[in-house]
Amino acid sequence: MSLSRKTAVAGVFEHPTRFAPDKSLFQIMGESVLGALDDAGLRIKDVNGLCTTGMGMGGMGIVSLCDYLNLTPNFVDSTSIGGSSFVAHTAHAAAAIHAGLCDVCVVVYGSTASSSRFAIGTGGGGGGGGDPCDQYEIPFGPTTVGSYAMIAQRHMHDYGTTSEQLAEIAVTMRLHASMNPAAKYRDPITVEDVLASRIISSPLHLLDCCIISDGGGALVITSAERARDLKKTPVYILGTGETVRHAARGQRDFLEIAAAQTGRLAFERAGVAHKDIDMAMIYDSFTITVLATLENLGFCKRGEGGAFVSGGRLRFDGEFPINTDGGGLSSNHPGMRGIFLVIEATKQLRGECGPRQVKDCKIALAHGTGGALGTRHSAATLILSNQ
Amino acid sequence: MAEQTQAKKYSKPLPHIDEENRPWWEALQRHELYIQKCGKCGDVRYYPRALCTNCMSSDTQWIKCSGRGKVYTFTTTYQNQAPGFRESLPYIMAYVELDEGVKMLTNIIDCAPEQAKIGMPVEVVYEDVTPQVTLAKFRPAR
Repeated sequence: MSLSRKTAVAGVFEHPTRFAPDKSLFQIMGESVLGALDDAGLRIKDVNGLCTTGMGMGGMGIVSLCDYLNLTPNFVDSTSIGGSSFVAHTAHAAAAIHAGLCDVCVVVYGSTASSSRFAIGTGGGGGGGGDPCDQYEIPFGPTTVGSYAMIAQRHMHDYGTTSEQLAEIAVTMRLHASMNPAAKYRDPITVEDVLASRIISSPLHLLDCCIISDGGGALVITSAERARDLKKTPVYILGTGETVRHAARGQRDFLEIAAAQTGRLAFERAGVAHKDIDMAMIYDSFTITVLATLENLGFCKRGEGGAFVSGGRLRFDGEFPINTDGGGLSSNHPGMRGIFLVIEATKQLRGECGPRQVKDCKIALAHGTGGALGTRHSAATLILSNQ
Repeated sequence: MAEQTQAKKYSKPLPHIDEENRPWWEALQRHELYIQKCGKCGDVRYYPRALCTNCMSSDTQWIKCSGRGKVYTFTTTYQNQAPGFRESLPYIMAYVELDEGVKMLTNIIDCAPEQAKIGMPVEVVYEDVTPQVTLAKFRPAR
């Protein structure tokens, strides 16, 4: 039972805020939901499915959000697998709509990570808590950035990948941010600037790390048929994939990440090939996340990521454009970023990106990574098309 | 006396010890490092748990480790705002691959950041951080 082209993204909204000490988390989510519905030409009473999760909500946050918006949906999903959650929610919404569980499903995220002063990457714990695996990690000072740094260190050791190559990713994201009026950091940077920024967790520098902002966003998912009658060009969901990776009982190959599995699934289900992808949104929590993801999705061979990201290939006008909004490295990273991957991919497929628009963009890929790449992490991949 | 009490205060997070993992932590208290091996299929695993994740058998054996291994990957942390760690920057966090075949997260101590290398032979050091908890850390092999 293929889901391909049965459902579509009918509306998107990226909250313009990057710092909102005057707004509550639920207010940002509410404004995002209304923004996405307006984009689709729908109203709140049309919504009968809701997906959300977040760092600022309680364990039953989705129920609280239904209370806040006075919703009583027929389908709810609060899968919480880190920053990739909203990419997975999009897939779940598509499956639920296709199965007849709901008709119009909103996926929403909001956060006041910046104004609430969350130390997301360097707050200790590394996301650890009371689960069995955590007991063997928390005594040693794991951080989120440290977990990704250990992947970078191993990649450099095995394949000669350089800090300069990783820096090129940050430089390209900043170039894209300079063309996005809503981006938090818009002044161009150079490879030298990245290398001169202080080391947070070796070999990653400050400018290898995503920023911390407030923000939010929402998506409206509905059937392809219904989407064709709405305000905007439908962006069809072609293929999806989701999974997790972990320490594998102490026997893990660290450079094989969750993306290897989700990419394979999404391409198979979409029935398209790598060469068909016109642009990609690749979760950029850190520069190494992008490099490791591109290799594991199969856009280049393992070990060749350093060369692949060099020479301007990832620019909006390059051979393989990614993260045209400026990504988490420069535009926004309110704790979790998955929702923005789907929003920007949708805008590109609708041709709404102005100076940073990718030419002839017909098929896009959005890939979310959640958690800590050096230990437990998740991934979700979506392949989308305007045709 | 007050100063001594101060020095003894350990502010980093401590593991939660329960009936499933107690044998492992008790061995560390005796300055012994063990990993589990499946009594049925022979698969080795870390961290300790009640079932083999290869064949799902609950027939568990404990094998004593040599305490030697190699650095599989590492990072020197210069920023961590968590209490206990922010006072001990920079520190080296690493996955050490034990000679017995599993990788474990740990700290490399007695090692300057510029000295740390992937593949570097290391040996276990037992740190008694509280009366109940001993941690297995590693240092460059001598």
